[in-house]
Amino acid sequence: MQFMLLFSRQGKLRLQKWFVAHTDKVKKKITRELVTLVLGRKPKMCSFLEWKDLKVVYKRYASLYFCCAIEPEDNELLTLEIIHRYVELLDKYFGSVCELDIIFNFEKAYFMLDEFLLGGEVQETSKKNVLKAIAAQDLLQEEETPQGFFDDHGLG
Amino acid sequence: MPAVKGDGMRGLAVFISDIRNCKSKEAEIKRINKELANIRSKFKGDKTLDGYQKKKYVCKLLFIFLLGHDIDFGHMEAVNLLSSNKYTEKQIGYLFISVLISASSDLMKLVIQCIRNDLVSRNPIHITLALQCVANIGSREMAESLSIDIPSLLVSGDTIDSVKQSAALTLLRLLRTAPELQMGEWTSRIIHLLNDQHMGVVTSAASLIEALVKKNPEEYKGCVSLAVSRLSRIVTSSYTDLQDYTYYFVPAPWLSVKLLRLLQNYPPPEDPSVRTRLTECLETILNKAQEPPKSKKVQHSNAKNAVLFEAINLIIHMDSDPNLLVRACNQLGQFLQHKETNLRYLALESMCLLATSEFSHEAVKKHQDTVITALKTERDVSVRQRAVDLLYAMCDRTNAEEIVGEMLEYLETADYSIREEMVLKVAILAEKYAVDYTWYVDVILNLIRIAGDYVSEEVWYRVIQIVINRDDVQGYAAKTVFEALQAPACHENMVKVGGYILGEFGNLIAGDPRSSPIVQFQLLHSKYHLCSPSTRGLLLSTYIKFINLFPEIKPQIQEILGSKNNMRNPDVELQQRSIEYLQLSSKATADVLATVLEEMPPFPERESSILAKLKKKKPSSVAETAIETTKEHKAMPAAQINSDGQPTLQISSPSSAGSADLLGLDIGGMSAPVDSSSSGGGGQSASDLLVDILGGPVPGGIGGGVGVGTTNGLDSSGLTVGAEENFLKFITKLNGVLYENDLLQIGVKAEYRQNLGRVGLFYGNKTSFQFTQFTTSISCPGQLSTHILYK
Repeated sequence: MQFMLLFSRQGKLRLQKWFVAHTDKVKKKITRELVTLVLGRKPKMCSFLEWKDLKVVYKRYASLYFCCAIEPEDNELLTLEIIHRYVELLDKYFGSVCELDIIFNFEKAYFMLDEFLLGGEVQETSKKNVLKAIAAQDLLQEEETPQGFFDDHGLG
Repeated sequence: MPAVKGDGMRGLAVFISDIRNCKSKEAEIKRINKELANIRSKFKGDKTLDGYQKKKYVCKLLFIFLLGHDIDFGHMEAVNLLSSNKYTEKQIGYLFISVLISASSDLMKLVIQCIRNDLVSRNPIHITLALQCVANIGSREMAESLSIDIPSLLVSGDTIDSVKQSAALTLLRLLRTAPELQMGEWTSRIIHLLNDQHMGVVTSAASLIEALVKKNPEEYKGCVSLAVSRLSRIVTSSYTDLQDYTYYFVPAPWLSVKLLRLLQNYPPPEDPSVRTRLTECLETILNKAQEPPKSKKVQHSNAKNAVLFEAINLIIHMDSDPNLLVRACNQLGQFLQHKETNLRYLALESMCLLATSEFSHEAVKKHQDTVITALKTERDVSVRQRAVDLLYAMCDRTNAEEIVGEMLEYLETADYSIREEMVLKVAILAEKYAVDYTWYVDVILNLIRIAGDYVSEEVWYRVIQIVINRDDVQGYAAKTVFEALQAPACHENMVKVGGYILGEFGNLIAGDPRSSPIVQFQLLHSKYHLCSPSTRGLLLSTYIKFINLFPEIKPQIQEILGSKNNMRNPDVELQQRSIEYLQLSSKATADVLATVLEEMPPFPERESSILAKLKKKKPSSVAETAIETTKEHKAMPAAQINSDGQPTLQISSPSSAGSADLLGLDIGGMSAPVDSSSSGGGGQSASDLLVDILGGPVPGGIGGGVGVGTTNGLDSSGLTVGAEENFLKFITKLNGVLYENDLLQIGVKAEYRQNLGRVGLFYGNKTSFQFTQFTTSISCPGQLSTHILYK
């Protein structure tokens, strides 16, 4: 996979994960182009597009579009399922995930993605294992809760 | 405000809410700038921030960046976070760095040092964080510094499974950035990872191995049998065996697909037991597709079909078992009419590949009607496009007329973005499978009529080439073109073609009063003013040809040639032509005129430039449908380098009767100077190229290149401009094409190590004839002979 973008129906980018190195300018350009392309698709059209020399697979979940760019040799149907698996993971973790969860906890969305995909390839396909790893991270976060946190909340 | 998960940073959540509540873009920017100033002062401030604060601010910066604003500070603080012992701080530090730090930053060395520390820390969680960061950035510098640490982590017995799987994919990322990394010493252990009992490890390792295999298939051959056995274990397992790795009742779909992809890098296994096992596997997958689905959910069918499609890809790749191929074809045929668009799309795509295999070509043709219906009724343009590709692939002599007819019909309503490609394809098909060339002429003229704008030059050059080469179709062409020109709104390309053909063959229809010479002339001239200068130039040439063919209308034509508009036309070419033609027509005698304007001789056969253009546009679709097969004779004799260091070639003229083969010698090492000071030779071969257009001597007074030359210039597959540029490029490149013309292509592959060099020269025969008496020799000019020893 070369990159994954999550954006809303209004074209606001909620998450961008790049697995290849591009300059910021190029990234912005690519994002703009793809967002326009995908938002212009009608509902009954098929989920695959050809764009430049890549294939783009997209799926809409409620108000968010999940869009992945893969190489020509990759399997499109499976990429659809990668998207679905990621949504399942987020759903399990946040409990009925919605767009707001991803906005406010964007760093968790990135951590989840890193456990599932690495370097653009599928790393761990067991839902249990990925969620276990994230839960372990959260546990560590709790243990580390320092004084600063209480300061923020106006306590102690 | 929605609750933040875990004990997240509340300050961050407040900030995000503020931004979202901003009513306008300006308010948002104002809020952001306020925050940026705040953070800047905190970072510069005297009070050292504790880890939590630092983390919070770095995270805010990250959020601002992701909104689309530029961040130019905070990197140092992020790097500091890396050395913290607290997991969450490290985590945010790494996240910031992965997203924001470019590979060329000065901080990179520091970052790599922190990563290294974490890698050896023996704390799996820290190791994983570091690995993820490396995989996300994957810069060259990282690849070079960590090229030993990561593989050893991967194969070490101490490493736990989750770290192993991250290490595998991190290594893959590094290999993609720096393909020259040597993995030799770990080969067998990496292959062995396919047998690991942890499926996550196998999944990651499979991707790594595929990349290594692509680089070096021989070395990794051992993985084939392992992959096959793993695959068969998965495919035959029941859905409870693999527990959490079963996805909606499909066992380990991602791993299955990866293994199937891996196997596509090798030919069918030679070992019979492995081969049988693989065939059984594939049959099981095909069988499962026929069983009723275990779940109504689309995820189940997607996963199942993903495996199925990949298996079909493998079957096509192996191309060895007719039974499997036909089954695959039938399966795809079923999908062609599936109600889900995605499946129809993929079925059309895969069938394209099947159509090119000889075993299944016939089976594919059975679905012709379905495909044609799809072309007409599909609502999604990308699906229609696939249908066009498939029709192109399945076209052969028996169904060419029908398919071309359908494609022409589709062209009338097709999307503009795909028209040019379709035009090229129709032109190629028409030419390749034309039994009756009058049909071919009709098709091309129709093409011009329907999609004139998209008919590129190569297409109509080609039709003219063909008409000129074939006597039987010339009269028909002239007549058809004449009729086409009578249409009120006529595309400019039609005028070009019509002008040229009437100029050459107008005499064939001049007998009929409806197309008498004066009528022809007036018809053409009526379009004259509507055309671009280059077309007008062509028409002027046609007019002079008319003067030769039909002396009776000479005065009218001369009047046009001499008109003020032409003689003083701002376009220099037009001016020149009209003046010169006028002179030619008045001064030259009838004989001279006839010789000058003799009929165009037949063009030599060569690879269609249309095909070359299509290949450039869509390299994937032109696999086997080359019009002329070019036989590559791989012999490696040396080139003759004459005394001033200029390479020239002595080739005897090709003869079709020859049966003598090229020398099948394989001359390995020899060194020849790639002398930077010598310029490339003129390298003219003995082929008769279409340089001399006019049939005979040109009387003085006519400027070079009387106009008709423009229509003969066939680009791509013609001459490369002198060997000079090509020769000089070998100063910096080791491989490439040295020289190319219509008969021959010479490629060079050179290798130099200290004082030894090896140069290989490859000669490719581009004609369909065999070369006889092809000789080459090598000689070392002048002073170089004392400097160089060659064998």
